[in-house]
Amino acid sequence: MTDHRQVVIIGSGPAGLTAAIYTARANLAPLVIEGEPSSDSDQPGGQLMLTTEVENFPGFPDGIMGPELMLNCKMQAQRFGAEFLTAKATKVDVSSRPFTIETSVGQSVTADAVIVATGARSLMLGLEAEKRLLGYGVSTCATCDGFFHRGFDVAVVGGGDSALEEAMFLSKFATTVNVIHRRSELRASKIMADRAKANPKLNFIWNSVVTDLVGDPTLEAAQLKNVETGDESTLPVHGLFVAIGHIPNTNVFTGFLDHDEAGYLKTIGHSTFTNVEGVFACGDVQDHVYRQAITAAGSGCMAAIDCERWLESGN
Amino acid sequence: MSENLLTLTDANFDETLVGADTPVLVDFWAEWCGPCKTIAPILEQIAEERAGQITIGKLNVDDNLATQARFDVMSIPTLILFKGGEPLVRLVGAKGKGQLLEELDRHL
Repeated sequence: MTDHRQVVIIGSGPAGLTAAIYTARANLAPLVIEGEPSSDSDQPGGQLMLTTEVENFPGFPDGIMGPELMLNCKMQAQRFGAEFLTAKATKVDVSSRPFTIETSVGQSVTADAVIVATGARSLMLGLEAEKRLLGYGVSTCATCDGFFHRGFDVAVVGGGDSALEEAMFLSKFATTVNVIHRRSELRASKIMADRAKANPKLNFIWNSVVTDLVGDPTLEAAQLKNVETGDESTLPVHGLFVAIGHIPNTNVFTGFLDHDEAGYLKTIGHSTFTNVEGVFACGDVQDHVYRQAITAAGSGCMAAIDCERWLESGN
Repeated sequence: MSENLLTLTDANFDETLVGADTPVLVDFWAEWCGPCKTIAPILEQIAEERAGQITIGKLNVDDNLATQARFDVMSIPTLILFKGGEPLVRLVGAKGKGQLLEELDRHL
């Protein structure tokens, strides 16, 4: 069965949901293809679904839990008539209009305009042992799995805000949280870095990368290499959490949407227009610089306005 | 909780699984786990649609540490399919309904 919509939004993080609120209020009755459940950030609600408290989203002086913020945004979009389909877009055909979007639940939909808001997912280390140990000590979700490391030592790989947020969360359970970072200083914001450095349970291991993981069936240790000295060492850990950066979710678009070398979609000037007329991009899928909930939401609003005006102009 | 779901505990785990008429898919979950909540309604649907073919058992890891430790569950949600009390296949992490059924159908 093929359904037709004026606007289809692919993705349901802050960018997709803001685009949904705005296009719904413009009476465009958007369909949001929200993604499918997963334990990494490629899921309905996006990266914020795996976080705890969001302290920097304006309007919440006491902070708000990431999943609650996303649920609120979804309800706000539904209130104005946005509809949701729990599925992944598996194929997008822009060779003729209307565009056709196929989904993982078999249902396909045609659309006059498409807003791409598929976001980015966490990079893994790419080690063979990492796959085998996923669920046996290696985790993509600190908020899900911190509990299992009560009274043990764990490691977080990375030096940005996400890594430190995970490390701070894990310090509620673990005895020691080793933060393994390949540089000699943190990439994180000053407030997070200061908090992390003041936390007595955090142990920073600088200039180091993880070269292998050992343990069978469960994780026992990480092999480390100091990138400055070349020295190798073994760090016994019960759990390992990876927060070394992100990769945009662009699989179904790379054939026809322009992207930069890192895979992020290109938009034209300060707009959300892509190289395909009628396809707009917003949020982390096109932003490797700011990558904040509020900037994603802001660009979702821009995409909705660009899309509405483009539809009104009769293309 | 739907009546199609078994509530498993450290105390009734072995007895319930060995005595089950169908393979049992055990969902290791907890209240504080977001992805566990997203798959809960999917599991209820599967329990209903595949009644007689598969039974879904829920094990709260917060209250049942012994069973969690016995199967080395260190990430939730973890789903383990048991046949005659023996673990047959293990799925780590939340998944969509289609993907879940595809994995399960291979073993049912």
